[in-house]
Amino acid sequence: MAKDELMNYEKALEQFEVVIGLEVHVELNTNTKMFCGCRNEFGDEPNTNVCPICIGLPGSLPAVNKRAIESSISIGLALGCQIAPTGRFSRKNYFYPDLAKNFQTSQYDEPIAFEGSLEVEVPSGNTFTVAIERAHMEEDAGKLTHVGGSTGRIQGAEYSLVDYNRAGVPLVEIVTKPVYGAGAEAPELAAAYVRSIREIVKALGVSDAKMERGNVRCDANVSLRPHGQEKLGTRTETKNVNSLRSIERAVRYEIQRQAALLAKGTAIIQETRHWHEDKGATSSGRPKSDADDYRYFPEPDLVPVQPSKEWIEELRAKLPEQPAARRKRVQAEWGFADLEFRDVVNADLLDQIEETVSAGAKPQDARKWWTGELARIANSQDQNVTELPISGAQVAELAALIEAGKINDRLAREVLTYVLAGEGSPAEVVTARGLEVVSDDGALIAAIDAALAGQPDVLDAIREGRMQAAGAVIGAVMKAMKGSADAGRVRELLIEKANS
Amino acid sequence: MSELIRKNASELVELLKSREISSVELTQAHLDRTAAVDGDVHSYLHVGPEAALAAAAEVDRRRAAGEALHALAGLPIAVKDNLTTTDAPTTSGSKILEGWVPQYDATVVKKLRAAGMPILGKTNLDEFAMGSSTEFSAFGPSRNPWDLERIPGGSGGGSSSVVASFQAPLAIGSDTGGSIRYPAFVTGTVGTKPTYGAVSRYGLIALASSLDQIGPVARNVLDAALLQDVIAGHDPHDSTSLPESLGSMADAAKKLDVKGLRVGVIKQLSGEGFQPGVSARFNESLELLKNAGAEIVEVDCPSFEYAIAAYYLILPAEASSNLAKFDSVRFGLRVTPEGTPTIERVMAATREAGFGPEVKRRIILGTYALSSGSYDAFYGSAQKVRTLIQRDFDAAFAKADVLVSPTAPNTAFKLGEKLDDPLAMYLNDIATIPANLAGIPGMSIPNGVAEDTNLPSGIQILAPARGDARLYQVGAALEHMHEEIWGKRMIDFAPELEVRG
Amino acid sequence: MSEITPDLVRHLANLARIDVNDQEVELFAEQISLIVDSMATVKAAVQGDVPATSHPIPMSNVFREDVVEPSLTQAEALSGSADSGDGRFRVHAILDGE
Ligand SMILES: [Mg+2]
Ligand SMILES: [Zn+2]
Repeated sequence: MAKDELMNYEKALEQFEVVIGLEVHVELNTNTKMFCGCRNEFGDEPNTNVCPICIGLPGSLPAVNKRAIESSISIGLALGCQIAPTGRFSRKNYFYPDLAKNFQTSQYDEPIAFEGSLEVEVPSGNTFTVAIERAHMEEDAGKLTHVGGSTGRIQGAEYSLVDYNRAGVPLVEIVTKPVYGAGAEAPELAAAYVRSIREIVKALGVSDAKMERGNVRCDANVSLRPHGQEKLGTRTETKNVNSLRSIERAVRYEIQRQAALLAKGTAIIQETRHWHEDKGATSSGRPKSDADDYRYFPEPDLVPVQPSKEWIEELRAKLPEQPAARRKRVQAEWGFADLEFRDVVNADLLDQIEETVSAGAKPQDARKWWTGELARIANSQDQNVTELPISGAQVAELAALIEAGKINDRLAREVLTYVLAGEGSPAEVVTARGLEVVSDDGALIAAIDAALAGQPDVLDAIREGRMQAAGAVIGAVMKAMKGSADAGRVRELLIEKANS
Repeated sequence: MSELIRKNASELVELLKSREISSVELTQAHLDRTAAVDGDVHSYLHVGPEAALAAAAEVDRRRAAGEALHALAGLPIAVKDNLTTTDAPTTSGSKILEGWVPQYDATVVKKLRAAGMPILGKTNLDEFAMGSSTEFSAFGPSRNPWDLERIPGGSGGGSSSVVASFQAPLAIGSDTGGSIRYPAFVTGTVGTKPTYGAVSRYGLIALASSLDQIGPVARNVLDAALLQDVIAGHDPHDSTSLPESLGSMADAAKKLDVKGLRVGVIKQLSGEGFQPGVSARFNESLELLKNAGAEIVEVDCPSFEYAIAAYYLILPAEASSNLAKFDSVRFGLRVTPEGTPTIERVMAATREAGFGPEVKRRIILGTYALSSGSYDAFYGSAQKVRTLIQRDFDAAFAKADVLVSPTAPNTAFKLGEKLDDPLAMYLNDIATIPANLAGIPGMSIPNGVAEDTNLPSGIQILAPARGDARLYQVGAALEHMHEEIWGKRMIDFAPELEVRG
Repeated sequence: MSEITPDLVRHLANLARIDVNDQEVELFAEQISLIVDSMATVKAAVQGDVPATSHPIPMSNVFREDVVEPSLTQAEALSGSADSGDGRFRVHAILDGE
């Protein structure tokens, strides 16, 4: 991969205006695929969720999943879109081995939803209105695995293997209009926009919205033009950037790369580009060519979708609140400072904290555990904190155990590791492993006596009011009891002993 | 020839029901006939004696046990080879599918099995049903039992000839622009294209999805009606299948009454351009209808002038997309060029080797009709012509209950005669195409031998969408009048085939 | 005369993934030109505002409930393929090897 020349970011923004456009594919979490009754399931054995329809056997015909239509209408409504009186499926014709029929059934000139907008807040607190052009339905392709060659990549592969389990899984593609005026914040806006889409579809319950599984995928279009120029510059489309952080980095990279080229007088090639997380760079994909004649035409095997007003209103009535409004509400309810709240949002922990609080935990405790210890563990495992196998209810249970004095913070951290290892809920782990703090006086007095045996002067010191001398004994007791001693009770017993 | 196999399906059903004959006996008689004549006729691409006899034996067993059976249980049938079957290869007449055994049964095939009808085999067709003569079958043409030097029509020449040569009492066909009706016309048999959506297309290897319809092929109208009643009905696997039932076709075929019925003669589909012998038979049929109390009116369908042009844009366009799945990856032929080819080159080489010239021609034409520069002028305009043709039909059906025309301009031509002239071949479909464009039902029944060629002629009856029962009522009544005059059935005029083996 | 040149035939055949040799290109260009010329009458047929008909029998809102139906087994799914391995369909390399 040739190394690109990059212009200093600030300098690039001085010279050029940035225009971005985002295409987000949301994979719906229906039980079955878009056009057949095969399970829509991630991670099953290859080619076990397939049938004559989704592997495109001759003679098979598609049949539309009603819930997928409802989900797409809901997404449209949540994005403030108009719902088309007639939505129509079309065929997008091109050959590729992951595309079973060699055409993708998609919506072309009659998408189900169009003309919406979304308020998006970036980390600085600035808010932008992103205009949505359309949201349409389409089917996903199968999965290719490239075998042989040095890298396991498509380049240099000896052959490829195709698994059609994902073929025909319903997608909603949300396309923005060109977004102007974000300036230096364009990369942050791109990421914040995708975050908002994720929050919306999660709140709607129509997608699992896990970027690491490809439930939400983003193609980012970037173009530059000299300040004051009317005509849009040539854009590139960076494909399938699969984390929020990557979106931000990829947009920033393209700005710097394109600026360097334009400054030298080199024209931008309209092409798709690929993001490489490891190198932090994009690389050239396929240029647009006349081979991209997709020969769209109305899918003759499917009839139009004409949602009734009643149906639309029924779905509108079930819409959850908008992400921006929700954020404002929960921040006030939880009483988080702006900085605290931003950390929560950036770590994508709103849902987790909401669940923890509604299970009875204090908001600050919930925040502390999720952005503290749990984030640390996730980080050390190179994982997303939201991916940890622990629920908000379990974190609330942990906090309640501390509150009740059953465990202390140190024990709580130990309990967490066992919960994450799948040993059960915090209460179950505490019981099974006997991790409760010991406040049984008999055991504590025995441990205190053992500790005092080595340091007889301590009692005198306490009697004289020099309490810091107690620390050493408490520490020794804790150590002897592997941290499970109730430190407060040990201190009380020590004072009693000194004064008796 | 066993007298049994000459009988109408409706009679055979009674013999089976009364247990005068067994299904095994009847099935075997047809298999014997195939062994004797199909070397010449070549109706079948695949014959499945074991599966057919096993299904027959099962029906006989159930009948002996007194179980309730479908009215057509035990009656054997042949199925066009563009319908998927799990127990027989399905090729659609193409090398690209040679030897493919599908993983599922077409809905129509499921219905036949459920009715207890043994499937004798899979009948020949033009590759992917593209053609009017079966000469474009990758596995050699079928021949017309009336004259083995002539074509049995297409694309369903296998289904028409299998019935006309008494190898099967009934057959399944598919009709995209006349592929049931034109073969019926040239072989002196009966064929119906039901209303679009009346029969599920699930498992029919698509040619042009918005035009394709499966229908019955038989030697008389009542037999065709009995078969349409078996295969029709809503199918959730076909989103374009009609939700409602169209009623009993067999009941309609038993009325034998046309009194007061208005019969519209389509101005654009009669007279000039039609062979004199065909026109003479057509006028004779009109006379019979009039004598039986029908009112004959003329209707004007000016947009029919553009029907062939619209059809030969819409069909290749849809076909070019439908046939894209034949790419060597999941089923069918794979041809690997020399060296270390990419998948793209393997696909192109496979499709080069696997498709015949007519298929390639139509795919390229369809690709052109849909491409960005020509979509509006070609595909877009053709879809608008379709609207105009529907409007013509609406106006015509305001004046008439059914419409009629000769089914085709000329009686059967000789094998090879039009092979190098695609446009001449396309003109055979001039009378049948409008019904497919509009989705309405159409039927062809024989109306005697054309005197100028001494070959079968036929009349086409058309009805409004969902009015299939009218076809059977008028068709059966006219057939009855013809048979009264002839003193025998149309098929009884056919020459005896030489029996071999 | 129509615009179906040999180069256009080559382009269309490529879009449709069909290898064609020079002889076929010439023949198809000639035949398809004739067909296109005679089909071009549709352009003149339509005057004024006529809607397109994509489905002969108008219907809308035909849906399937979101209920799982049995799939093929892996062996059934792969049974018709020219080459498979590892439970998947095997195809030649997608890009030209170096
Ligand atoms: Mg898309
Ligand atoms: Zn499936």
